[in-house]
Amino acid sequence: MNKSIEVKDLDLAFGSVKVLKKLNIDIFEGEFLVLLGPSGCGKSTLLNCLAGLLDITDGQIFIDGKNVTWAEPKDRGIGMVFQSYALYPQMTVKGNLSFGLKNQKVSKEEIAKRIAYAADILQIEDLLDRKPAALSGGQRQRVAIGRALVREANVFLFDEPLSNLDAKLRAELRVELKRLHNRLGNTMVYVTHDQIEALTLADRIAIMRSGIIQQLDDPHTIYNKPTNLFVAGFIGSPSMNFLKGEITDGGKAFKFGNTTMSLDGYDGGKLTDGTAILGVRPEYTTVDTTGIAGKTLEAVVDLDEPMGSDSLLWLTAEGQAMSVRIKAEDIVDKKTVVHLKFDMTKASLFDVNTEQRI
Amino acid sequence: MTAIDVNIEAVEPRGTKPKKVLSNRNIMVYGVLIVAAIYYLIPLYVMIMTSVKGMPEIRMGNIFSPPVEITFEPWVKAWAHACTGLNCDGLSRGFWNSVMITVPSTIISILIASVNGYALANWKFKGANVFFTILIFGAFIPYQVLIYPIVLLLSQIGLYTKLAGLVIVHTVFGMPILTLLFRNYFISLPEELFKAARVDGAAFWGIFIKIMLPMSLPIFVVAIILQVTGIWNDFLFGVIYTKPANYPITVQLNNIVNSVQGVKEYNVNMAATMLTAIVPLVVYFVSGKLFVRGIAAGAVKG
Repeated sequence: MNKSIEVKDLDLAFGSVKVLKKLNIDIFEGEFLVLLGPSGCGKSTLLNCLAGLLDITDGQIFIDGKNVTWAEPKDRGIGMVFQSYALYPQMTVKGNLSFGLKNQKVSKEEIAKRIAYAADILQIEDLLDRKPAALSGGQRQRVAIGRALVREANVFLFDEPLSNLDAKLRAELRVELKRLHNRLGNTMVYVTHDQIEALTLADRIAIMRSGIIQQLDDPHTIYNKPTNLFVAGFIGSPSMNFLKGEITDGGKAFKFGNTTMSLDGYDGGKLTDGTAILGVRPEYTTVDTTGIAGKTLEAVVDLDEPMGSDSLLWLTAEGQAMSVRIKAEDIVDKKTVVHLKFDMTKASLFDVNTEQRI
Repeated sequence: MTAIDVNIEAVEPRGTKPKKVLSNRNIMVYGVLIVAAIYYLIPLYVMIMTSVKGMPEIRMGNIFSPPVEITFEPWVKAWAHACTGLNCDGLSRGFWNSVMITVPSTIISILIASVNGYALANWKFKGANVFFTILIFGAFIPYQVLIYPIVLLLSQIGLYTKLAGLVIVHTVFGMPILTLLFRNYFISLPEELFKAARVDGAAFWGIFIKIMLPMSLPIFVVAIILQVTGIWNDFLFGVIYTKPANYPITVQLNNIVNSVQGVKEYNVNMAATMLTAIVPLVVYFVSGKLFVRGIAAGAVKG
């Protein structure tokens, strides 16, 4: 596959504060890449660097094989959509869409053609003569996307475009964005702190923390085989349960408190005996009323949170709080003692010191 | 059970809570407002009343009483015939001098300061902070320190005692506060608009003229008010950097009021003062609402 964006050894520092550190990333043509991370991890900063809105300290950026490290934003062949929409308030929707094209000295007929095309795709034909103030949040965001669309850019950059919308609209526009990507097939780089958006939209997700990409993989791998403790804890809601214990029996079992669980079917590297952290997702854990003492983990139910489609059970095992996802119709009373069994094929073991997945 | 208890139970609380008209809060708020209004309005009242009285009536000494016989003679005299030294053409000359000083000073200083503020807020150029600090520091240098150097400077370039020289002085002295005003306003505009315009290919002037200016009416109104009233009311620079033929209206007013020959014509003095004050007054009345909105826009984001 052809590389659409190439970032080589990108450094960015504001004074003495290093925001991005030796960052390397290749984004392929037509790929939907999501930059995901907690606030302050540098994901928006990286996007601004790609757009040319921030001068980088060191490194190179290539877009479509062209070195654009020193290029102005307008010369990079990008369209950008912002969280606050950033529509020009004094211009109509049509004015907003055509502003960039007029600056590029595109002919009038061509502008009209492109606006008609974008308006058709985004279904904003009726809004063209309105001012942004007369639009709803969702409509505004559509216009903002339209502004990127008319530029006929190969690369779309999204800076948390859905964060200002309410939950229902966000879910709707998410699907629309995915459709749009399928239809246009151009490269999209999407910054978000919402993991659902990331998991649903992305071909690949780059998880960032303090200016460093922790893991760059498809959503499935990120979810099931997080490369380190940070990624494991960041992805998934509720968060993964972490049990600190010991690998014993030559890498065949995991001892947590008084319970020794079999590690049969663990999908990872070679295990050696010693202290480790076992990470299990709430949904890959089964709750049984009976179990085998010393082999299944005994836990006391604290409370349950019904979520409609399923229920979340909060328990305490060996003095540690845990959560387990169960079917909505399975009702477990408070204070009951249950036995937990983990699906080791979907579990992750982490080294205590390096915090890397084994 | 007493009668009062019965009353309370009879009216079950429902809907809007009734408010007492004469609450302590209202008495306090309206009391202070009324006293403050009287404090400022009485001198104005006395001035207007005196300016339309004849001298004999004024000599009777009752400054608060309305005029028995209304005359506009003092206003005409103040405008066209009052004497300052040897000139006896009234305030009119000073008025037009002030117009010729205020209009260009206001326009030039606001044009430059708005671009300054925009550049400082949106284009983080090298040394921007140092430049800004120096500019702000400039606002705190006492005028007295600069008066004589500026006299030398202006006479070097041949503009001392000329109106153009005074325009330059006003433009320069307005720069720190105006730049600060515009910078703070532009910084309060969403940064993403600026970024979007850059992605859309607009450059420094394109963004300023097409994106920023249409959103900045309130702050321009504030700047215009500050400059027009400030420059119109200026006395010090006017008296130092011009000669009698070019004196602004404030200096001429002072010369009329303080002239020592003959009788003190209080009615003419009052009328002259009112004429001098008319421009700032009109500016405030016309733009009061916009002014408040602009000040608020500078302070509140979004």
